[in-house]
Amino acid sequence: MLLGPALAISAVLFTLGVAGVLFRRNAIVIFMCVELMLNAVNLTFVALAQNLGMGGQVFVFFVMAVAAAEAAVGLAIILAVYRHKQSVSLQNMNLLKDG
Amino acid sequence: MTGTAADLVWLPPALALLGFVLNGTLALTRPTAKTLVSVIGAGVLLAAFAASIAVFTGFVGLHADEPIVFRYWSWIPVGTLQVDFAFQVDQLSLVMLLVVTGVGSLIHLFSIGYMKEDPGYARYFAYLNLFVFFMLVLVLGASFPVTFVGWEGVGLCSYLLIGFWFSEAVNANAGRKAFIMNRIGDFGFMVAMFLIFWSTGSLDFGTVFTHAPTALVPGGGAVTAITLFLFLGCTGKSAQIPLYTWLPDAMAGPTPVSALIHAATMVTAGVYLVARCSILFAMAPISSAVVAGVGALTALFAATIALKQWDIKKVLAYSTISQLGYMFLAVGTGAITAGIFHLATHAFFKALLFLGSGSVIFAMHRAYHHTHAHDDAQDMRNMGGLSRYMPWTTGLMWIATLAIAGVPPLSGFFSKDEILTAAYARGQGEPIWLVFWGLGLLAALLTAFYMTRLMLYTFHGPNRTGEKEQTHLHEAPWIMTGPLLVLGLLSAAGGVINIPELYHGNAWLHHWLEPVTPGSAALLPEAHLSTSTEWLLVGIAVAVAVVGIVGAWRLLKPEALVPAPKAPEERGLARLLRNKWYVDEIYDALIVRPLVWLSREVLWKQIDQRVVDGAGVNGAARGARALGWANRWLQTGQVGTYVAVFVVGVLLVLWRAIG
Amino acid sequence: MLLSSLAFFWVFGVIAMGSALLCITRKNPVASALWLVVTLFALAALFVLLDAQFIAALQVLVYAGAIMVLFLFVIMLLNLGRPGPTDIKGPVGLLTAAVLAGALLLLLRPISESTLPSSIQLPPGTVQALQQQQGIVGSVANPLFNEYLVPFEIASVLLLAAIVGAVVLAKRKL
Repeated sequence: MLLGPALAISAVLFTLGVAGVLFRRNAIVIFMCVELMLNAVNLTFVALAQNLGMGGQVFVFFVMAVAAAEAAVGLAIILAVYRHKQSVSLQNMNLLKDG
Repeated sequence: MTGTAADLVWLPPALALLGFVLNGTLALTRPTAKTLVSVIGAGVLLAAFAASIAVFTGFVGLHADEPIVFRYWSWIPVGTLQVDFAFQVDQLSLVMLLVVTGVGSLIHLFSIGYMKEDPGYARYFAYLNLFVFFMLVLVLGASFPVTFVGWEGVGLCSYLLIGFWFSEAVNANAGRKAFIMNRIGDFGFMVAMFLIFWSTGSLDFGTVFTHAPTALVPGGGAVTAITLFLFLGCTGKSAQIPLYTWLPDAMAGPTPVSALIHAATMVTAGVYLVARCSILFAMAPISSAVVAGVGALTALFAATIALKQWDIKKVLAYSTISQLGYMFLAVGTGAITAGIFHLATHAFFKALLFLGSGSVIFAMHRAYHHTHAHDDAQDMRNMGGLSRYMPWTTGLMWIATLAIAGVPPLSGFFSKDEILTAAYARGQGEPIWLVFWGLGLLAALLTAFYMTRLMLYTFHGPNRTGEKEQTHLHEAPWIMTGPLLVLGLLSAAGGVINIPELYHGNAWLHHWLEPVTPGSAALLPEAHLSTSTEWLLVGIAVAVAVVGIVGAWRLLKPEALVPAPKAPEERGLARLLRNKWYVDEIYDALIVRPLVWLSREVLWKQIDQRVVDGAGVNGAARGARALGWANRWLQTGQVGTYVAVFVVGVLLVLWRAIG
Repeated sequence: MLLSSLAFFWVFGVIAMGSALLCITRKNPVASALWLVVTLFALAALFVLLDAQFIAALQVLVYAGAIMVLFLFVIMLLNLGRPGPTDIKGPVGLLTAAVLAGALLLLLRPISESTLPSSIQLPPGTVQALQQQQGIVGSVANPLFNEYLVPFEIASVLLLAAIVGAVVLAKRKL
């Protein structure tokens, strides 16, 4: 019964996360939006666990573990970049550009 | 293999080709070795003539009913088409073989003297030998493609020899004009070949002519088309209306070349072709009428132009066109033998005339060279009274003049008379032929007139060359006058090979060619003219000749002539004739200029520059650059852009997965 | 007031969506982080309503308690507390984001409105029964240590790798 609304909310949260990634320039804020997307997916899993079994909730467990690892490493990278560029703005992370 | 001397038919062309190779090598490595070149150049021709006589004797001894075909190798085996490189020995090809090698040898000997001072001596003989090779391939070919190889080859050699002194733009242009006009004719020949293969399934003379009566409908569209296209080729090669304008320009080449190629041999290739395909022409009465009509018209037309030309070679050039018209009148009427007979006699006296004029020009050149004058050595207004200095040449050229005018008992009388009689005979059943006969007769009158005019202005009357030059004018060396003697003899006595029964002759050539000219019997009705009519016609012809000669002698006043630099401009009809009825100018305006305009404005500026260069080449480059520029935006180096593209990709995947 | 669980669900759902929206639109990174924390709490409430109490607890403890704290630490470390002037992209970026997000939402709608095929659906109330049997934690722990043991172990290795990586990357001198 709660599945429909749950999936709807999850979709909206995911979309908000994508939008955030697309129009923010601060790397850390973008990272936060990625976490938002992950959480939206967690909501989907949990909602479906009601109908499809406990595997859903277990999966959320793993997602959180991975999110933690990813957050640690990602923030470390941002720290390293900050040391070089003195900025976390996405504009300045353009070393892939030619010339 | 027949086991007789006829097997040697490959030898004459091979000798000529050998001459080309050797002289060509000498031209590139030792161009000053003139004696060696002379020996090789003339030697191979004389040897070829000897071999030709041997082949002739061998063939005669065989008493063969059919042509003998010698196949040397399989040239084009493609699907149902089988073309071998093969030579055919029969009565017609033997006549041509003897004429080409015989007259060719004499002209080669003459050239030794004429071209002595020329730095391109070795190149000249190389090209001349090559020409003889191709001409022999043409007349000996056993199938249309082999003949076509010779046809094209003589066209090439004609181009090379007309433009021999190519450093002058005039000469190079003349060579180019000849080649291009010939190409138009060659197109006709090729289309005819395609049609022949399509209707009969073969291109060998023997097979085609045997199958033609059944494979093609007599008088039908196919055979008429074939013969008309073949005739188009002939108008190009043999300088008939409308493709004749290259021949007068071709006089820019050395005079022996004019004698050999543009009088005796190459230009007669068209007549040979019609004679060879007499069966086809017999099956297409419309085409035969066209051939005869065009021939008669050309004979008269060219004769009118010759009346008012001042350059001695141009007079002879138009004369050649006119006489070729007679030959086509003959073969169109069905009198194949008459046509070939006239071909042979014409080779004799026209070569004599050209070589004689060559002697004159040679002498004039030498005279001007001594006095360092730059007058035109070929303009008759600068000549006159040369009989005092060059008696032999004068006498021999008079023999040729009488022959061409048709004065009995010289050779030209017999051949020309036979043509006119045949036309008249056919005119009894088909009145249009009487018109052709009339045209021919009128042309004969004009021929006698302009030839006498030529002799008068060149050799008689007062001399206009100039006092200083006169002391240097004298007869040409014997190497040049010798061949003239032989040709004079042939011009005088050559008629003996085909004296008609009217004079109780045995008409040897007629009987000799009978097996290979079945078309003749089909076309020419056996309705004989009564003997009295024949004598009447002979009388008319002789009278016309005499009137022409005497008229010219009386009416023209060489004393009134002024040397060329000071000569006044012509007016009226004279001007029209002098300017060749403005045909060249008409062609230029109607054909050449639009073509050049089309090439420049449309083909070059629009298609080549805009489409091919612009859209094609540059367009492709611009397209590549545009694609590259567009792709730049995918790789900006900005992470934000990459993320956006990434999201787009994900959306696409989702869309395909869901939708 | 007796509100049904659906009503509660929607309340917390709206809170979650609202705070998420606020999170992505704040210029100050700290504000964004804090609004994200609110979102995480709202989600935890939703988890509870969906019979995933253990997961809800984990959410609060791990996500909101550890990960977001880590985020805030880094923000403070880099002294990014003030709102950045160019933190939000210009009109072009906003337009792109709007278009793509809109497209995404449109694509996701059919999923959210679809129904599961009945062949794989478990009968309603299975989860609650399970929780009655094994306890709330036990119902998650059982599959975790039985069927999903290998991924569990791998997850621990992953965390180790993450720690090492983070330490190395964040060093001043490698």
